[in-house]
Amino acid sequence: MTMALDLAGVRKRYGDRDVLQGIGLNVEPGEVFAIVGPSGAGKTTILRCVDFLARPEAGSIRYDGRTASRDLRELLALRRRIGMIDQNPLLFRGSVFYNVTYGLCARGVEGPDLRVRGFRALEAVGLLGLVDARASGLSAGEAQRVAFSRAIVSRPDLLLLDEFTANLDPANVNALEAAVRGYNRETGATVVLVTHNLFQAKRLARRVALLMDGEIVETAPTEKFFESPRDPRTKAFVRGEFAY
Amino acid sequence: MAGDIVQITLLSLLVSGTSTLVSTLIAVPVGTYLGLREHGGLRLLRNILFTLYGLPPVLAGLLVLLVLSRGGPLGPLGLLYTPLGMIVAQVVIVTPIILGVTMSVVAATERRIKETAFVLGADRQQLSTTVLRESAAGVLTAVMVGFGRAISEVGAVFIVGGHLEGHTQVLTTTIITDVEQANYPHAVALGVVLLVIAGAVYFLLYRLQERTLP
Repeated sequence: MTMALDLAGVRKRYGDRDVLQGIGLNVEPGEVFAIVGPSGAGKTTILRCVDFLARPEAGSIRYDGRTASRDLRELLALRRRIGMIDQNPLLFRGSVFYNVTYGLCARGVEGPDLRVRGFRALEAVGLLGLVDARASGLSAGEAQRVAFSRAIVSRPDLLLLDEFTANLDPANVNALEAAVRGYNRETGATVVLVTHNLFQAKRLARRVALLMDGEIVETAPTEKFFESPRDPRTKAFVRGEFAY
Repeated sequence: MAGDIVQITLLSLLVSGTSTLVSTLIAVPVGTYLGLREHGGLRLLRNILFTLYGLPPVLAGLLVLLVLSRGGPLGPLGLLYTPLGMIVAQVVIVTPIILGVTMSVVAATERRIKETAFVLGADRQQLSTTVLRESAAGVLTAVMVGFGRAISEVGAVFIVGGHLEGHTQVLTTTIITDVEQANYPHAVALGVVLLVIAGAVYFLLYRLQERTLP
C-alpha cells in the first residue's frame, strides 16, 4: 500500500518555456512530501508528469525503483496505483455516489463491495449524508471533499494533491487535511503535496522541497526547511519576502 | 384517404426511424473514436465529412440507385424500389451528419473530463464511454438533426423507392406528387402529419436532452 517515487533530470517544455529544468526528487515510501513554490514555478507540471498527464522531454521517473512500462496493461495497472486531486476538481454528471465509485467501477468492483467501499470513502470526509445528492448541486468545499473520497476509494499507493484546499474555508481545509493524515496513517500510502500554502506544508509534510523557475532549490525535513534553511532563496521564501 | 395517410405515415416513420437508428449505431461509436483522437489525418477526414454533410440527397439517391440497380454491385439483392433500399439511401445521407456532429461534440468535450477519467483509472474504452456520457446532450442533438434530415428528405427516397403506390410512398414524395396533380387538400393533410411527427420527435428528444443535463 505504498510507493517510492524518484525523479531524475526531468525536463518539460511548453512552447518556448522550460517549465521543468532537470528536476531531481526522491520521495520515500509512506512519506508525506510537500513541494512548495510560487505560482508558475512548475509544481503542477511535476504532478502531471508523475501521473502520465504530461510526458517529460528528458529524465526519468521511477515508481518503486522502476520506470513505467510501455505495455498498456502494465501501465494501466501502475496508473491505478496513483490517485490525484487538483485545485478545481471536475465532478461528472450524476450522483455523488456515482462520482465516488467511478474508479472502483473502472476496476470492475460491483455489488455490495462497491456500496460498502463507496460509503466508507464518503464517511472519511463526513459526507455520507450526501450519497444520493446530485454532484452539480454541491458547494466548492463539498465538491473537493467528494473528489478526495473519489481519489482514495480505490486505495492508491501514491496520492498526489495539487493545491487541494486552495480557496476553501478553514473548516473544509481542516476536514481535508485530517482526511489526508488519516489516509496516510491507515494505509501507509505515499503522499506528494503541491502547495503555495507554507502553513499547510508545515502541518502535513515530513519533508519539504522548494521549487522555483522549474528547479528544485532545496529539499529538507520540514522543521529544518522552515527553521534553518540553507539556501538564501528558501530563507526569503519562508519569511514571505518573495514578491511574485 | 385516411387509410392511405396512415399507411404512408407509418412507412415514413419506418424508413426514417430505421435509417436514423442504423446511422446512429454506426456514427456515434465512430464519431466518438475520431473525436478522441488528435492526429494530422483527422483534418482531412473532417473535411471529407463536411463535404458529405452537404451531399445533395438527389446525388446520394443516384449513387444508391446505381449500386442497387440490376447491373450494380448489390443488384442481386433486389433492394431497388423497396423500403429497404430507401433506408439504405437515407443511411448514406444521415450517417455523415450524425458522425460529424458527434465527432465535433466529443472533440469539444472539456479536456478535463478526459483527464479526470484517466486519472481515476479508466482504460481506453471506459474513457470513451465517460466522454460519451458527459456529451450525451450534444450526441442527442446529432441524432435529432439526423432524424430531421431523414424525415424531410425527398430526392433520394424518390429515386431509390420509385414512389410506388401502396409500396414505397412516403409523406414527402406523396406531397410532391399531390402538388403536381393539384391535389392540395391531400398534400396539406400530409404536410400537417409531417409537421406533427417532426414536432413530436423533437419534443421527445428535447425532453431526453433536458434529462441528461446536470
